[in-house]
Amino acid sequence: MIDALLFDLTVFALAIFLGFEVISKVPVILHTPLMSGTNAIHGIVLVGALLVLGGADTTFARVLGFVAVFLGAVNVVGGFLVTDRMLLMFAKKR
Amino acid sequence: MTPTAIHAAYLLASILFIVGLKRLSSPRTARNGNLTASLGMLIAIVVTLLDRQILSYPLIFAALVLGSGVGAVAARRVAMTDMPQMVALFNGSGGGAAALVSTLELFHIFRTEPLIPVDAGVSIVLGALIGAVSFSGSIVAWAKLQGVIGERATTYPGQKALNLLLLVVNLVLAVLVDSNQAGFGTFLIFLVACLLLGVLAVLPIGGGDMPVVISLLNSFTGLATAATGFALHNVVLIISGTLVGASGTLLTVLMCKAMNRPITNVLFGAFGGGPAAQAAAGGRAADLAGQSVREATAEDVATMMGYGQSVIVVPGYGLAVAQAQHMVRELADLLKKRGVAVRYAIHPVAGRMPGHMNVLLAEANVPYEELYDLDQINPEFERADVALVVGANDVVNPAARTDPASPIYGMPILDADKAKHIVILKRSMKPGFAGIENELFYDPKAMMLFGDAKDSISKLVAAVKAL
Repeated sequence: MIDALLFDLTVFALAIFLGFEVISKVPVILHTPLMSGTNAIHGIVLVGALLVLGGADTTFARVLGFVAVFLGAVNVVGGFLVTDRMLLMFAKKR
Repeated sequence: MTPTAIHAAYLLASILFIVGLKRLSSPRTARNGNLTASLGMLIAIVVTLLDRQILSYPLIFAALVLGSGVGAVAARRVAMTDMPQMVALFNGSGGGAAALVSTLELFHIFRTEPLIPVDAGVSIVLGALIGAVSFSGSIVAWAKLQGVIGERATTYPGQKALNLLLLVVNLVLAVLVDSNQAGFGTFLIFLVACLLLGVLAVLPIGGGDMPVVISLLNSFTGLATAATGFALHNVVLIISGTLVGASGTLLTVLMCKAMNRPITNVLFGAFGGGPAAQAAAGGRAADLAGQSVREATAEDVATMMGYGQSVIVVPGYGLAVAQAQHMVRELADLLKKRGVAVRYAIHPVAGRMPGHMNVLLAEANVPYEELYDLDQINPEFERADVALVVGANDVVNPAARTDPASPIYGMPILDADKAKHIVILKRSMKPGFAGIENELFYDPKAMMLFGDAKDSISKLVAAVKAL
């Protein structure tokens, strides 16, 4: 158990630094699309929702799991589409 | 699919997220970056659906189709001006999902294991706490921006003490659950208390600060997602959630920097409506009470601009609300035809989120080269014949430079007051988000053109045509 936790913590620690580094030099005009884009990426929680709904064996778990998958899908699909719409407006200028 | 294949696919998805995020932060590659990240998401979801842990599909597909449909329609239909609210809602969905995933994971442990393992327990309560706060906080942020509830900061005596008490109660409940001294019912009470905390924490923050709040809640949802990754031992959840948590925090700090305010001030200062802000503004407001503003007609303004050499447009949120960006471009085109140089001065926090104004003006086909940021344009105001302030207020308030008692003192502002003439298009004399008076309106060089920004600009267009 402790090995698995240490492995997860290692990944976590590295991802923190990566998150700071990867967007450190971003122009102000991209702040809104970037916020929206990262917003879509945390929609990955949908993967967790799929796993818990997939394993649900009681009505309580099915109802909550259903809502979780629904919310996760809204986050993913809405997030990426709205970001694309914003970026399209910059793209047609060039 | 075998667990190995699934892990390999998750690794690929994680790499695509990182590359996508990197590309999102440069204007040339941004759109491609978003596509890259969405490809990573597609891979992660498809692979998860092929996981052998999944027992039944009909319910999953129903939820997926319904959620995707709602997300797609909302994203297509939303007006660009309402973008911040939309992002808040999508963010809230993610937070809600993370809280529910944590809840179900704990439910599962309660039914199958005698004791809660410490690591799973801690990550579950953290995922539930952060996810629930992000969910209810995002909804309050949405409601404030959408005008469902008042934009002003809601304050009452003992507010901070109450919020702190609630946080302590939450932590105590969390410890009780994790130390196996309380059952699932206690956890549900904890969950409700977390939702309440999210509402109460965002209520005291004014509408003008909502972008910062949304950005912070965005990074919260990232962290809640990472916490669910710990509970489920799922690496792609940890990596992506943490990436968003870290980059979202950085973005929040950048936004606060643009407003020259520490984050603690944004979150706990009850800016805009708090007694402190009103008291501070009181002194200046009294000075200004005796003065009156000068009102202009569209014809006066058209003449000043049409026969001038240089006009700098200062767009603010009022322009966005009135949907006047297309009309502004038409006015700029007319002026350019007459040989007048037209430039746009974009304050870092103009609109409702950093860069929001750039998106709105891009939507109206304003050429990218005409947009100038604060440092580039400020030295140019002295030579400008007219500074046309459209629906902006706090970002041109000279009190930020001159009045140490003002709550916005120290915030970098656009030096519109240095232009030869200042024309302010405004609905009324109502103060901006910060809830403070603007002495610029009383400047002898300043003139007010009252009315809806779109109406006023269309009058200006007609008047310039008639010159």
